[in-house]
Amino acid sequence: MPEQPNYIYADNAATTPLLQPVLEAMLPYYIENFGNPSAVYKAGRTAKRALEEARERTARCINCLPQEIYFTASGTEADNWAIKGVAHAMAKQGKTQIITSKIEHHAVLHTCAALEKEGFSVIYLDVHENGRVVPEELEAALTDQTALVSIMYANNETGTIQPVSEIGKICRKHGVLFHTDAVQAAGHLPIDVAAQNIDLLSLSAHKFNGPKGIGALYIRQGIFFPNLIDGGTQERGRRAGTENVAGAVGLSVALELACASMAERTARLIPLRDKLTDGLLKIERSRLNGDREHRLPGHISVCFEGIEGESLLLMLDLKGICASSGSACTSGSLDPSHVLLALGIPPEIAHGSLRLSLPDDFTESEADTVLQTVTELVARLRSLSPLWKKTRRG
Amino acid sequence: MAYSEMVMDHFTNPRNVGELDPADGVGEAGNARCGDQMRITLRIRDGIIEDVKFLTLGCGAAIASSSMATEMIKGRPISQAAKLTDRAVAEALGGLPPAKLHCSLLAERAIKLALADYCTRRGLDPAEILGESVPDCPCSCEECSL
Repeated sequence: MPEQPNYIYADNAATTPLLQPVLEAMLPYYIENFGNPSAVYKAGRTAKRALEEARERTARCINCLPQEIYFTASGTEADNWAIKGVAHAMAKQGKTQIITSKIEHHAVLHTCAALEKEGFSVIYLDVHENGRVVPEELEAALTDQTALVSIMYANNETGTIQPVSEIGKICRKHGVLFHTDAVQAAGHLPIDVAAQNIDLLSLSAHKFNGPKGIGALYIRQGIFFPNLIDGGTQERGRRAGTENVAGAVGLSVALELACASMAERTARLIPLRDKLTDGLLKIERSRLNGDREHRLPGHISVCFEGIEGESLLLMLDLKGICASSGSACTSGSLDPSHVLLALGIPPEIAHGSLRLSLPDDFTESEADTVLQTVTELVARLRSLSPLWKKTRRG
Repeated sequence: MAYSEMVMDHFTNPRNVGELDPADGVGEAGNARCGDQMRITLRIRDGIIEDVKFLTLGCGAAIASSSMATEMIKGRPISQAAKLTDRAVAEALGGLPPAKLHCSLLAERAIKLALADYCTRRGLDPAEILGESVPDCPCSCEECSL
């Protein structure tokens, strides 16, 4: 048995540990069944079968066909492929506009920025104070030039869930392709690409207790799409290169386990999340970022006035608590998180953000420790601040 | 973002925290919009920095830089304190990550502005002690470039 960790992990949105059964499902494809899936002999056929079963398992979890799943090396790769692929294919029909939102992950935003340099026009939709895209505003932004709409399923900083089904319906009605970056959502929220009218969807295994280094892109059948990597016939020739068989198996088993336990995990995490949120909001001059109701089950994002996020993270780390922040100082730039700024949070407050994303086995006593520690540390940092007394007086 | 042991020491046990009131010189650098703000207060007797306190809103490097900078000038003549550089602060901390070098510059600026304030209060020309050595704020936001 591994040793019990002596720290509290509250950064599940960054990454998750591999589950033991997932590791066990993967291991045979490293040594015993190491064959190349393209080979004709038995070891190759075994690997090929494992790969195709992984594809089927993954497809079942989001309600698509196995041949609509393409394994990639990451969620970022899937986002890049989806957006650049559609953009380049649609440009041939004269459609050169992309609609996305201001709160997307950099995997989407920087991809869009790269396309702008190529001459595409990109509309970045505002989100409102609650961090959600308004479907009517999206509909109003559509033109006959629109090649693609890309709106994330759930935001990585605030945990806010976007109205994906409504957006899907609008896009389908107008015949515009809809991509969603579901990296934070897959395995944590129900996904049905058919019912939700999703044309392309990105996901990443390590966000749902699968291995790092493997993601997937769902591309609805019939969409004309350029290849990502030319070479052999792997991934139906669209993403060549010998497949990460163990990774694909790990992704699919982790996703299947996550989907099977979703209802139970959600029911357990939401009360814990809400109790911890309420406790944190009792701290003077604190605020919740994003929508309170439409939020990932274990996700809390708050801002504390009068502190800077990185100091808080360092102090939490010294107390054995792993968390995250949207502060500038954690990213190496001077600007605070683009997501928090898009929510209309002033920069001086956005610098004091804290993100807690709870793992499935998070306990009530861990929640109490986190609350007590954060409360003490925020007070300590405020006592160091030259502004706090003034802020407090208003 | 890996910090040196010295940075972590000054971050977890910051020296000279607080505010001298009354103070003989007050210096503020940075602003909260950019994530870092420092306030330095000095007590000066016979040209010697008898006491110095800091208050800092900012990241680990900003707090450690303030703490180290105050240690480096405490008990020193103002002529020596006026020669403090961001580089010396960063070196004394065992180095800072490149993205954090502006924090040591902010500490230098706050201390030099406090020394300038002291001079002005005494009817002296700050340039006589500080010359042209007060660095600009490292950020480029509107407030700081005013």
